[in-house]
Amino acid sequence: MNTVATVSKVFIAFQDNEEARPVVEAILADNPQADAVYSPGLVKINAPGHLVVRRATIEEQTGRPFDLQQIHVNLVTLSGHIDEDDDQFTLSWNQ
Amino acid sequence: MSTVTLKPYDFPAKDVRENFPAPLLYIGWDDHLMFASPYCLPLPPDTPFGALESAVLPGIYGEHPDFGKIDWSAVQWLKSGQPWKPDPARSLADNGLRHKDVIRFRTPGLTGLKGSHS
Amino acid sequence: MDTRVTKKKLGLKERYAAMTRGLAWDTTYQPMDKVFPFDRYEGIKIHDWEKWEDPFRLTMDAYWKYQGEKERKLYAVIEAFAQNNGQLGVADARYINALKIFIQAVTPLEYMAHRGFAHVGRHFTGAGARVAAQMQSVDELRHFQTETHAISHYNKYFNGMHNASHWYDRVWYLAVPKSFFEDAMSGGPFEFLTAVSFSFEYVLTNLLFVPFMSGAAHNGDMSTVTFGFSAQSDESRHMTLGIECIKFMLEQDPANVPIVQRWIDKWFWRGYRLLTIVAMMQDYMLPKRVMSWKEAWEMYAEENGGALFKDLARYGIRLPKGWEIACEGKDHISHQAWNAFYNFAAAAPFHTWVPTDEELNWLSEKYPDSFDQYYRPRLEFYRERQQAGHRYYSKTLPMLCTTCQIPMFFTEPGDPTKICYRETTHGGDKYHFCSDGCKHIFEQEPEKYVQSWLPVHQIYQGHCFKPGVDPTQPGFDPLAAVLDWYDLNVGRDNFDFEGSEDQRNFATWRGDAPQAGSAKKGGAA
Repeated sequence: MNTVATVSKVFIAFQDNEEARPVVEAILADNPQADAVYSPGLVKINAPGHLVVRRATIEEQTGRPFDLQQIHVNLVTLSGHIDEDDDQFTLSWNQ
Repeated sequence: MSTVTLKPYDFPAKDVRENFPAPLLYIGWDDHLMFASPYCLPLPPDTPFGALESAVLPGIYGEHPDFGKIDWSAVQWLKSGQPWKPDPARSLADNGLRHKDVIRFRTPGLTGLKGSHS
Repeated sequence: MDTRVTKKKLGLKERYAAMTRGLAWDTTYQPMDKVFPFDRYEGIKIHDWEKWEDPFRLTMDAYWKYQGEKERKLYAVIEAFAQNNGQLGVADARYINALKIFIQAVTPLEYMAHRGFAHVGRHFTGAGARVAAQMQSVDELRHFQTETHAISHYNKYFNGMHNASHWYDRVWYLAVPKSFFEDAMSGGPFEFLTAVSFSFEYVLTNLLFVPFMSGAAHNGDMSTVTFGFSAQSDESRHMTLGIECIKFMLEQDPANVPIVQRWIDKWFWRGYRLLTIVAMMQDYMLPKRVMSWKEAWEMYAEENGGALFKDLARYGIRLPKGWEIACEGKDHISHQAWNAFYNFAAAAPFHTWVPTDEELNWLSEKYPDSFDQYYRPRLEFYRERQQAGHRYYSKTLPMLCTTCQIPMFFTEPGDPTKICYRETTHGGDKYHFCSDGCKHIFEQEPEKYVQSWLPVHQIYQGHCFKPGVDPTQPGFDPLAAVLDWYDLNVGRDNFDFEGSEDQRNFATWRGDAPQAGSAKKGGAA
């Protein structure tokens, strides 16, 4: 195991398309420690310990209302414990 | 441990000896993993053990360049992973081989394609 | 947003509560235990079903809305792909063989999962768990259908895709996924969720749907990448169901911990063995490569799985048994599996081949500790033999592991030069295994695995021939009779890619120059 001394990473990945782009940009804006890795068709965002997706930030990006559950349409995979309400979606590990 | 069930759970084993025309013998050639896995063969119990060398194994392993180089007098056999000395003149059954036994042979000095154990 | 019109009467959490638990009721004409008889006998103690959480809080109305949107997007891509003859845009016709494995081995599992989740979606006492399982059941049916639709376009042009459901019940290598799922479905509902939702979906399926699908995109197959990612978008929910179920069981009663750990041990190992074929697809069947199996394993299993088990340690859960051995296998299993399918290429409905020099060099670079030393020489030998007109095919049936049903090609931990042999005796009969993991699983439930339908043994028992075939006739060819029972199109569906009809057709359609020399040699057995 190579993760004993470090903070575990959470991640979330989306299809690399125009609908997902404002979501990805909002996540990167709200999570300064996150980094995005692009591979064909896919963008995977990793963050140490914790990551938040905020509805308000996505709405600022697009200028229109956004229902957070819309992320299901372009979501590919994720890792971490999830908590979701109307305003934000978080991923975290407890440790 | 046993299976946790709601009701009695007792079903026949699929691969008992009576279900096959001949007992199964598994055979592997160590250090020659170009042959991906050991093989499974139904062999009549009265087959002489020596027939493996002369009649059975050439058809299975003959394509390997090491096969023709085997010194059969130096071959080391293992049964269930333990060193074992079969008598080639006696039958499989008389050598103590039973249904679903596994035997392997080692060919000293032969280490496969370019020494890769392939 | 000052223009936002807020019509919502309930927040997400309240809406979820109202639409799941609020719609459920306790039975009165019959006791609840009689209506839900299956979720206690496994020994899992549940004190309060209200504690079950779906963190996505997805309700059925939202579910249909978003699934409908996913379908519209997916079918737009599939149709555009068909209209533009997208099959001609893939990197190389060898790639199509990965899709053959997909339709033969993965798609039928989606259908099995649909059935499995429909069953547990009926049988959990708690409404939250039932709703999540029912959604997943519908998802899995969707995956079965979308994969079938997407791949049906390729079926018009390529061999090896026309008979997947029939093969699933018969072809030797498909006994591996089939037995995996039947093992899970014949467990109780909590074991099923631990097996499929947690051990397989949470810990392992990223390895199938993420790097492999990204590879499909890289190889010009937009149809597959779209169904893959569309399916995987549901997997996020499935994985979440898996981890929530685990946390729920662990939090409900400390007596559940050892049961859950035993299931995690079992199903991690079974899932890891099942994924061997994905390792091979990733390293050998994507002509343009995104990442090696080893790299994918490190990213999705070691890093992510490591984080998960570190998190679960607070409940007293440890890494699954065999974890270190699985991690060591990342240097080996893709090569060992490809070798097995190369050996038995006459008996499987897809093609194998020796990688090109450039591909061999890529494998050397990605596997500096194993490839040149153990695996490259056999591939170069095969190529030499093929070019001399003697493509190697094994004609003898392999020894199979009783538990995972995979031919015994895995090597000893710590020694990739020796096959790993394990055996035990039960009821006076010997049983053989590829690993300590598979042996341990058998020993936990021998009365289950003595029923294994092992394809090699079934052939020798005479159960894999068409009615009326007489194996005692002089000159009887058992392999030909088995392939006939498979309904495999001999000479088109099987054998080497070199010299195959797929290879010739693809070159013709693309207007590529005829392949000098190589296509003539070594195609037949």
